[in-house]
Amino acid sequence: MHTVFALPLCYLIINWVLLLSYEAHSLGFNPQEMTHHTTGDWALRFLLITLCISPIARWRSARGLMAYRRMAGLWSFVYIVLHILSYLWLEKFFDWHEIWGDIVKRPYITIGMITFLSLLPLAVTSTSGWIKRLGAAKWQSLHRLIYLAALLAPLHFIMMRKGWQIEPRVYAILALVLIAARMPIILRHRFK
Amino acid sequence: MIIKKRQSWVESENSVTDEGLFHNRRNFMKLSGAMLGASLLSPALMAEEKRFLQALSFNAHQTDLREELTDYKAATGYNNYYEFGTAKDDPAANVHSLIPKPWSVQVDGLTAKQGDISLEDLIDFNALEERIYRLRCVETWSMVIPWIGVPLASVIKKLDPTPAAKYVRFETLADKKQMSGISSRVLTWPYVEGLRLDEAMHPLAFIAVGMYGKELPNQNGAPLRLVVPWKYGFKSIKSIVRISLTDTEPMNSWQKSASNEYGFYSNVNSEVDHPRWSQSYERRIGEFSRRKTLMFNGYGDEVASLYDGMDLRKYF
Repeated sequence: MHTVFALPLCYLIINWVLLLSYEAHSLGFNPQEMTHHTTGDWALRFLLITLCISPIARWRSARGLMAYRRMAGLWSFVYIVLHILSYLWLEKFFDWHEIWGDIVKRPYITIGMITFLSLLPLAVTSTSGWIKRLGAAKWQSLHRLIYLAALLAPLHFIMMRKGWQIEPRVYAILALVLIAARMPIILRHRFK
Repeated sequence: MIIKKRQSWVESENSVTDEGLFHNRRNFMKLSGAMLGASLLSPALMAEEKRFLQALSFNAHQTDLREELTDYKAATGYNNYYEFGTAKDDPAANVHSLIPKPWSVQVDGLTAKQGDISLEDLIDFNALEERIYRLRCVETWSMVIPWIGVPLASVIKKLDPTPAAKYVRFETLADKKQMSGISSRVLTWPYVEGLRLDEAMHPLAFIAVGMYGKELPNQNGAPLRLVVPWKYGFKSIKSIVRISLTDTEPMNSWQKSASNEYGFYSNVNSEVDHPRWSQSYERRIGEFSRRKTLMFNGYGDEVASLYDGMDLRKYF
């Protein structure tokens, strides 16, 4: 199953190897930009897929599916890290002064960084060891940060594009639908 | 012996029409390969424009190499032409429906000449010249392109503006039948751009009808487009169908869509950031690293005086 999540990454690696070997490649005429957008796209898609898993597992009574939730979440995080790395290196060339300027001056980048920071503790505490250490209730509360990420990531995307564009708004609607689907469960837990 | 006086703004290239230079292997990207690779995975690109582009005869400039031309495949494969879709490869994939011939331009406003003027009457195809200009997009990528055309000033003189005229306003074609992306609300159509009359009459302002030795491809704004190299690329309006002389500053489309981000003047200015990104650097398409952006895209010596006394942070 890891293979499926690794496919976009393999595609990028293979194409960069081709490019650097002066061979035909599929990264287009601005490969740095293509890499940055591809990693962002798949981070967002896998994030939304992560949010699909519990509802689908419940609906289809397929508890086996839950095993893939951590996998999907962690792979989303991998692509977020790659997305940030491609920005730090291929766009900014590790100009930390400029990077800090971007984070504080550009709202969509501020939001992107908050999204990353909200998912970092989730990635770190993704193991069963951490569930034991924190206890199920605290772990569960912490991992609700994914809802914040699911709202901020499409917003980051909407704010990044020029003019009014439909694609990022589709992701926003999907995220809202997935969160809305959880509301009955969340509310039930609240009033327990 | 003829000593040609080279203008300081002339972008260098020792032989523009040399095909070999279009496949410059010194480039970091082997861009000629990129299209082959891309077409294997992107069926849309298989439908790219197949219109035969006629070679043009023009006066080439005698220059020596200073900056490399952008690979032709990149110049025709990486485009912003939102009427055909917002992705960079959308225009090349979708412009096959654009019909650049026959073409006429509607002329109106504060001019003696009015009405529809055919392309052949508007542009003197016996007086074409080549201009190698940098093009700097507001998104921070840039190219070096050998345009073929005539000075905008020569076109405006033909229109015979009245003394009241202060601005030139341009419109792009906005035909649902020819342009697949027009139904999108990303901008309001038709696409509008404008220049102050003194900017329009400046020697650097150019109307291009060709590039790289041939007619303009559809995705680059066939059959005629504006090139104002000291301003962000979105001011270099494509596929012009209307030219008007006015006394009020035209509301250009990007300013209309987001006035806090895009202004009327839009001079390339490394010191004035776009609200969402810095303008200090740019990516020259074909290069791995980034370059420092130059004031007025490096044409400051020629154009800075147009803006003497103007606060370019306010009039961005």
